[in-house]
Amino acid sequence: MHYLLTIAMLVCVSPSLFAQDAAGIIKKVDDNMISETQIMVSEMVIHGKRNNRVVTSKGYSEGRFKSFTEYLAPDREKGIKMLKLENNLWIYSPSTDRTIQLSGHMLRQSVMGSDLSYEDMMEDRKLMDMYNAKVTGEEVIDSRKTWVLQLNAKVDDVAYDSRKIWVDQERYVPLKEELYAKSNRNRQWPCYGGSPLKEELYAKSGQLLKKTVMSDIKKIDGRWYPTTLNYKDMLKDGKGTDFIVKEIRFNEPIPEYIFSKASLKK
Amino acid sequence: MIKFIFKAILRDKNRSLLPIIVISIGVFLTIALSGYIKGVFGDMIDQTARFNTGHVKIMSKAYAENKDQIPNDLALMDARELTTSLKTDFPTFTWVNRIRFGGLLDATDGNGGSKGQGPAAGMAIEIYSEPSQEVERLNIPNAIVTGAVPSKSGEALIGHEFANKLGVKVGDEITYMGTTMNGAMTFESLTISGTVRFGISAMDKGMIIIDIADVRKMLDMQDATGEILGYSKDELYFDEVARKVSNTFNAKYIDNTDEYAPIMLPLSAQNSMGSYLEMVDSFSSLFIIIFIVIMSIVLWNTGLIGGLRRYQEFGIRIALGEEKGHIYKTLIYEAIAIGTIGSVSGTILGVLLTLFMQKHGIDISGMMENATMMMPSVMKSKFTPELLYIGFIPGLFAMVIGNMLSGIGIYKRETATLFKELEI
Repeated sequence: MHYLLTIAMLVCVSPSLFAQDAAGIIKKVDDNMISETQIMVSEMVIHGKRNNRVVTSKGYSEGRFKSFTEYLAPDREKGIKMLKLENNLWIYSPSTDRTIQLSGHMLRQSVMGSDLSYEDMMEDRKLMDMYNAKVTGEEVIDSRKTWVLQLNAKVDDVAYDSRKIWVDQERYVPLKEELYAKSNRNRQWPCYGGSPLKEELYAKSGQLLKKTVMSDIKKIDGRWYPTTLNYKDMLKDGKGTDFIVKEIRFNEPIPEYIFSKASLKK
Repeated sequence: MIKFIFKAILRDKNRSLLPIIVISIGVFLTIALSGYIKGVFGDMIDQTARFNTGHVKIMSKAYAENKDQIPNDLALMDARELTTSLKTDFPTFTWVNRIRFGGLLDATDGNGGSKGQGPAAGMAIEIYSEPSQEVERLNIPNAIVTGAVPSKSGEALIGHEFANKLGVKVGDEITYMGTTMNGAMTFESLTISGTVRFGISAMDKGMIIIDIADVRKMLDMQDATGEILGYSKDELYFDEVARKVSNTFNAKYIDNTDEYAPIMLPLSAQNSMGSYLEMVDSFSSLFIIIFIVIMSIVLWNTGLIGGLRRYQEFGIRIALGEEKGHIYKTLIYEAIAIGTIGSVSGTILGVLLTLFMQKHGIDISGMMENATMMMPSVMKSKFTPELLYIGFIPGLFAMVIGNMLSGIGIYKRETATLFKELEI
């Protein structure tokens, strides 16, 4: 009898324990991935159908609302600068000496032909601020044990309605991520007697839009951070875009003028 | 005999007037409607050919598979060499390079900011960099509302409504932002040389036209092109010819597995135009069938009425010893004569209306303000030689069939009862 009661209690309590665990996991992921400020030199390897291109850039970001990127190479892109303030994005072109503000659906366009959109580049909020998380299982990726988390949006202004992430159980870094379009809803069908069925039936209207694979996890400034990311736009053919972190510094003070429109033309 | 029949037709107007009127109206309607349908559908096909498909179009196989996305990264390379060989191999066609592209147009406010912005559908054509008929083919001189055709590098034409939306006019500077063939970001400052209105809402509200040399530089497409379009030198589309040319060209690359190898498609194999062409033919055939069936029924009825009216005449002719077959034969001859008169007059009227409508048409621009379809704003008829017989033959047949059906009654007359019937 005691044995049965223990099982019953565990069954009742375990969902909340899982929920708490999931929240704890994504908090630790956020702690690793998000910082007050970030200065990064990166290479973007864009695998085209006919050739590959490498675009080098230096980016500065502060909190979730400010970021500035300057493209350093190749020559065609050298000197192009992007400034994000709140939800606005400005792009400066040295060849025309013009600053163009992008908004609306233009933000969903690809950045430099890569698999990343401007919206992807702008999205740097903490996961815990945007999603409710739930641990759905465990898997091993490249001999690393991971938790599989299902994240469903709790706010409206997110680019992806739901995500599925595989988090390294030891380092709290995502190793794989799948991003889904809106209306990927999990439905529970009531069964006779009032309690829900155990299995969930998925309404497959939410399409898998992007897939990211993180690798080369390194400890930088006391935090684990993936230094190679492969973004794959699932609506496009090809091998996706590799994003390689060449240099990264966390929580360094950044002069305020960097995040001004005047810095675009400097 | 023929002289006798014509005399009878002319003298006994009750015998011929109604059938002639009925046939004339039927033939007239068939020709006028067929000419109108051919004209309207033909204009839409012609417009699509001029702006989009060509009579034949060459793309890379990979580009053709995704052509709705305008994938310039999959464009044809070595375009100059390929175009030269096409000119040699298919001299009855004119070959032109075109690049379609998308992007963002931004109008400067003069202080480095924007006063207007909008997505643009771009078309690069041979304006001044290559000798071609592209400007005339797209009817640009007549479509220009303000300004002129670009005459030098850095100039562009944009849709008139687009210009209004951006708040720009001729001479103003705009910035194009887009993606090169290799996926790199590209910016180009352009001066508006003119604004155009094609009467196609989708184009007038978002089109930019630039010389292909400028676009090649802008999109890193040196010696590359998205599409090579072929037009028959008389600018008329004949599906069999286009298919033959396409098959000959494609046969050269049949064993080439390269996904960037060129492929030629005739107009009928693009944008569901094949079913469209079939639909045009089906409509014409449907009209003729409906016309023959209805006219036959009407003329059968007319013949029956005529037969009743001439009941006494036929009776007397049989009583006088005329063969029933001979009476039936003269009835058919009469039908041929009446059918010919009706068909000729109907054809003349139908052709005249078609020619009038070919010149003036029906202006539907008021209904097209928000349309996004590529279709002409003035619906015109088109005269084709087949209109000369498309109504004539059915008109004649309907009259003859109608009389053949009603004339069968002659054979049912019994000589023995004739005198009683004739009340002699």
